[in-house]
Amino acid sequence: MSENNIAVKTELLTKKFGKFTAVDQVSIEVEKGEIFGFLGANGAGKTTMIRMLCGLLKPSDGKASVAGYDVYKQSENIKKNIGYMSQKFSLYDDLTINENIEFYGGIYGLSKEIINSRREKLLDQVGLSDIANTMTRDIPVGFKQRLALGSALLHDPPIIFLDEPTSGVDPEARRGFWDLIYQTSEEGKTIFVTTHFMDEAEYCHRLSIMRDGKLIALDTPGKLKAQYGKDNIQEVFVEIVNGE
Amino acid sequence: MNDIEIKNFTKKYGVTEAVKNINLSVKKGEIFGLVGPDGAGKTSLIRSICTLLVPDSGSILVRGMDVSKSIAEIRSILGYMPQRFSLYQDLTVEQNLRFFADLFQVPEKEREIRKKQLFQFSRLKPFQKRQAGKLSGGMKQKLALSCALIHTPEILVLDEPTFGVDPVSRQEFWEILRIIQKEGTTILVSTAYMDEADQCERIALFFDGNIKGIGTPDELRANFKYPLYKLSGSILRDLKISFSSFEEVHTTQLFGDSVHVSFKKEPDEKQWGNWQESTNNNLVQWTKLKPTIEDVFLDLMETK
Repeated sequence: MSENNIAVKTELLTKKFGKFTAVDQVSIEVEKGEIFGFLGANGAGKTTMIRMLCGLLKPSDGKASVAGYDVYKQSENIKKNIGYMSQKFSLYDDLTINENIEFYGGIYGLSKEIINSRREKLLDQVGLSDIANTMTRDIPVGFKQRLALGSALLHDPPIIFLDEPTSGVDPEARRGFWDLIYQTSEEGKTIFVTTHFMDEAEYCHRLSIMRDGKLIALDTPGKLKAQYGKDNIQEVFVEIVNGE
Repeated sequence: MNDIEIKNFTKKYGVTEAVKNINLSVKKGEIFGLVGPDGAGKTSLIRSICTLLVPDSGSILVRGMDVSKSIAEIRSILGYMPQRFSLYQDLTVEQNLRFFADLFQVPEKEREIRKKQLFQFSRLKPFQKRQAGKLSGGMKQKLALSCALIHTPEILVLDEPTFGVDPVSRQEFWEILRIIQKEGTTILVSTAYMDEADQCERIALFFDGNIKGIGTPDELRANFKYPLYKLSGSILRDLKISFSSFEEVHTTQLFGDSVHVSFKKEPDEKQWGNWQESTNNNLVQWTKLKPTIEDVFLDLMETK
């Protein structure tokens, strides 16, 4: 694997809060264009890990680079090169879909011309072109989720972090959303995704599973199932979480 | 008499109908699930049952009492955990549990037993002394749930209690609900996780303000009329695309490491052979499948 093919790299990355070690010497390499799944029980350290990788939290020890930038020294460059979407979506309900896109474009410091030139393609991609002037509060949750992804993609970042993006949406919208994730990955973008849906874990190219801050498993879903001798990722997950 | 009786209930916000003329009843002692995505109307219905919203039309009776009239009486027998439950962020895990046990006057002996059960599910025991504000998001949810379950009301209403909770803890949470049920409590619970439907005795599938189906999970499965197969292949997404184009196919859906394909009629061996050939052997294996509630839900969504 050549260095410039790596989107995210950590070496013995560690975060302590007082005496508590939330992330404990985690080393991963995520390739460009990869859909990388990030699993673990509640409190295993997923969110702490993501916050460090997004440049929002300084690690206590170890190394990490995201899009080629160092998390200690170049967190501002990292923020410009990543998109982030959480389960809470953070959209403005009293703005239209178009206005939300313009707002996020403004936040990322994009010019009006660039926003306008990207907006149409983006809305088309997430399937919201026909209702672009609808108030966000009037659209179903599944559409809000697509809009949130669109907003995270607007500044054309090479890496996107999705933190439980599909909680609460209907099963059809959930599948449609994964089609979008695949499309985005085929465009060469790297997707870093956390989920509590084990069927979605199967859709990732590679999966990592954390327990008590440590990385316990990292491989393709197929190889993990073979390694643990299980029929599905749900069973692999249960075994790892219970294997204290 | 049913514990909860809902007749022609409608709830509007301005011109938007959040719940559209629904009927359902919850029997004494059962675990009843409202299953559906966000925005389906589950919370509006739950808040109305808990006397927090007034129906626009229709009626809701709790133990025969009208929710728009007998507010105090209903609240005294009903335990409610809303989606956003407040914890005291500056109290520890243990102090939060004690606070809610005191509030609901749970006897000392009972609370110790229950606390042990709750720690089993929540795995919060090692974090007893940590302030609630310093827990992770999912752990906060589990603590909130534990606080709601520390007392045993006659009717327990839980609005998406497992939202954001990891799959292992969700499984253990349902075991606690069954313990509480055995103590005689009627439980109404909402969830957006389709796989939790099978944990309930009866469910209502909610979508777009309507009930699309109601009954035991097996009764709802019996409504699924198409022969259903689980297919595996080398490249799953291509397999789904191939099968979507076949005339004999009703629907195709990705389910983790397989594709669920429903057919207009039972396919024969010759057809399977043809399909293997036309997918260049991308089709590796096929097995007949009992539909999951997610299959049923997807099917009901399409037949509007």
